[in-house]
Amino acid sequence: MQPDRTPATIPADARRRFLNALRRALPEGALLTEAEELHPYECDGLSAYRQVPMAVALPDTLAQLQQVVRICHHHDIPVVARGAGTGLSGGAYPLEDGIILSLARFNRILDIDPANRLATVEPGVRNLAISEAAEPYGLYYAPDPSSQIACSIGGNVAENSGGVHCLKYGLTVNNVRQVKIVTADGELVTLGAETFDGPGYDLLALINGSEGMLGIIVEITVLLRPRAARTTVLLAPFDDIARAGDAVAAIIAAGVVPAGLEMMDKLTLEAAEAFVHAGYPTDAEALLICELDGSDIDVDAETVAVKKILHDAGASDIRVADDAAERARFWAGRKAAFPAVGRIAPDYYCMDGTIPRRHLGKVLERIGQLSGQYGLTVGNVFHAGDGNLHPLILFDANQPGELEKAERFGGDILEACIEVGGTITGEHGVGIEKLDQMCSQFDSAELTQFHAVKAAFDPKGILNPGKGVPTLHRCAEFGMMHVHHGELPFPELPRF
Amino acid sequence: MQNNDIEKQLQEQVKDAAAAGEPLRIRGGDSRAFLGRAVVAPRMLDTRDHSGIVLYEPSELAITVRGGTPLRALIDALAAEHQELPFEPPSFGDESTIGGAVASGLAGPRRPWNGAVRDALLGVKLVNGKGEVLQFGGQVMKNVAGYDLSRPMAGAHGTLGLLLEVSLKLKPLPPASVTLVREEEKHAALETMRRLYQRPGNLSGVAWIDGLLHLRLEGYPEAIEARAAELGGERLDDADGFWRSLNDQTHPFFSGDKPLWRLVVKPASGDIDPPGEELIDWIGGQRWIRSDEIPLALRRLAASHGGHATRFRGATEIDSPFHPLEPGLMALHRNLKRALDPQGLFNPGRMYEGL
Ligand SMILES: Cc1cc2nc3c(=O)[nH]c(=O)nc-3n(C[C@H](O)[C@H](O)[C@H](O)COP(=O)(O)OP(=O)(O)OC[C@H]3O[C@@H](n4cnc5c(N)ncnc54)[C@H](O)[C@@H]3O)c2cc1C
Repeated sequence: MQPDRTPATIPADARRRFLNALRRALPEGALLTEAEELHPYECDGLSAYRQVPMAVALPDTLAQLQQVVRICHHHDIPVVARGAGTGLSGGAYPLEDGIILSLARFNRILDIDPANRLATVEPGVRNLAISEAAEPYGLYYAPDPSSQIACSIGGNVAENSGGVHCLKYGLTVNNVRQVKIVTADGELVTLGAETFDGPGYDLLALINGSEGMLGIIVEITVLLRPRAARTTVLLAPFDDIARAGDAVAAIIAAGVVPAGLEMMDKLTLEAAEAFVHAGYPTDAEALLICELDGSDIDVDAETVAVKKILHDAGASDIRVADDAAERARFWAGRKAAFPAVGRIAPDYYCMDGTIPRRHLGKVLERIGQLSGQYGLTVGNVFHAGDGNLHPLILFDANQPGELEKAERFGGDILEACIEVGGTITGEHGVGIEKLDQMCSQFDSAELTQFHAVKAAFDPKGILNPGKGVPTLHRCAEFGMMHVHHGELPFPELPRF
Repeated sequence: MQNNDIEKQLQEQVKDAAAAGEPLRIRGGDSRAFLGRAVVAPRMLDTRDHSGIVLYEPSELAITVRGGTPLRALIDALAAEHQELPFEPPSFGDESTIGGAVASGLAGPRRPWNGAVRDALLGVKLVNGKGEVLQFGGQVMKNVAGYDLSRPMAGAHGTLGLLLEVSLKLKPLPPASVTLVREEEKHAALETMRRLYQRPGNLSGVAWIDGLLHLRLEGYPEAIEARAAELGGERLDDADGFWRSLNDQTHPFFSGDKPLWRLVVKPASGDIDPPGEELIDWIGGQRWIRSDEIPLALRRLAASHGGHATRFRGATEIDSPFHPLEPGLMALHRNLKRALDPQGLFNPGRMYEGL
């Protein structure tokens, strides 16, 4: 997996001039160029892939940041923005002929406006820090990726991240009101507004999930929500995973929108139980975690309704947590699912497909078959309510060929998601990881349209080039093995 | 509901227009034609024969529907499954189509609680200015593959592409609904709104007009009874009629010739002291104003409360009814328009000169 581009060779004197210009624009210690300083920036959460960047810039003020971008623009040097580096698709993977622009020092909470339920923050602020700052007002920021203690809000916007509460409260894009971006040529532009809508095109929606390829996000205003009066979490074990899937569909069909609706299969629930002792029944084949929130009466009514549905679907021993401590315990296993699985295998590879809920059973079955075919074990945790699967493929990178095998397995899972009308990524982004699968999900006209949009924002192509959208060339190579909408893709391109 | 697929013909019409280099005015029901600048184009493209449901699985809380589908028929089809569009689009007359409703980006009284049009827009199939049929997003709730070219179609007034199909997120119909009316003068009402914005709980509409605060409550019957007892007020008999008259602008406030302005401001802005009669919706976030005041004054007023002003209806000549954009932002708009519609075929100038 590599960015879809050929790195430029930069003559030594051009490189020196460029770095000197950056050095003049930045305060002491804000430009890293030595090998040992660059080392921590070699990779993001997709850690199997590493690359040392030419330099790392750590501006502290907007003026410095704009100057850095202008210098890169002038010298045609790629800029890879980096928040906390927890991304799972290689979005912040460095380019050898480019710099990492770290937003780490932009970590100030600028304003909490409780009356309008808004928080204005810098991009390097951690996701959880926003809710902590809003807590005294009884407010919180709803999207809660599992990485929320570490990931930055700028990274969340750039990936349009989700979390376990997105089913009811929406993704990042639904909870951000306004962002300020620095464009590829260093201009500051405001997108969206602090109000319920903004004038002109919804460029705010476009910047969400744009993976650092359309602009550098330098300020974000998010919507805060009042804490619900009551929250209840139900834990429902099933002895058959397909039945758990049916229960999910039945809950949604009954008109209940839970605050969270998550599923874990046997492998992941056992691993989680062994890791955090959440009290999960390890004899179950699948576990549903359902959170309901609202007024006392709402929660009572929904609890009755959901319990009945779960029972009818075959859940054996449903438990209800009402107090904060038990709720936290029920959630602890789910939130620690990735690291828990990390303990039972040398390596794991986390996938991120989304499918229409009704195809859950079919896709899980297909994943099971593939697991047998590849001889690799897979665990499944997912945001069941919104059909977002996170199959975790277990492997050992020290065994020659296993990483490649795990990647091929993962690719096949994503193809299965596309086949049932789903998508190759629900929340982790394309980065460098899913460039090939983009060729399956989109045809050449669509990909060409994406490239045109990129050029509309970044004509020189300096912002995170080679990520997110594959070139038609790459797809033509990859496409030899793949068929899109039942037709051979890219019929107009030569085959190699 | 008519089920009629004329995708190929519509695509041909765009291709022909592209070959001839002649812009198109896109029309659905034309119920929203009053909004925006007049489009002068040699060709017209009518979407109304492209109608019907493409895919609707009620348990998925999502639907894919053709752009020319009448809004009324769609709402009825959803109601039959006890579901509705979360953004409560206005219908200006019986002719509105879903394509027009999405393109105009207008949301009804429940916007503060259930989101805008773009929040429900999961995917689109469109024809771009090169005459290509493209698909972005889909029916799934989460999708970050490629740039999000679906949501920007909401509120683009057809200037970025011809919407063939839209995929929308749905919500269940509330089990019960009650509207309370309380006599409150404007300042008190704004104070109430400010307080209620902080508190969750069963609200789905808060509007003030003529000394009356209207509170719509939705949810389980026991929950809204409890909340109604807490809030107090008279129950409104024809509650649906009231909210519809507000949304569809058939309420007497909207009659007459005086220009109608829509100011979107931060909800807790308090009394913005507008130069004319005022109807307050969206729990303080949307202010309808009847005023002859010069556009600049209303734009400044909205901006001073963090928002923007649109001249919604009214005769006076004006650059654009929409709020002017900063130069840097306008440059991005022009570039995006060119990326999707290089020859400027679709609804030229509908929003702003040159877009
Ligand atoms: C254990 C674990 C659990 C996770 N759980 C979830 C989850 O539940 N849901 C979920 O959605 N994700 C999850 N993630 C993925 C990841 O945390 C998110 O994608 C997160 O939003 C990345 O934020 P970051 O600050 O680390 O961004 P980075 O990794 O630094 O960057 C991500 C991308 O955003 C760009 N970027 C970063 N900052 C900016 C900026 N200011 N302006 C422009 N572009 C920028 C980068 O160039 C890159 O393309 C998880 C990751 C881990 C390791």
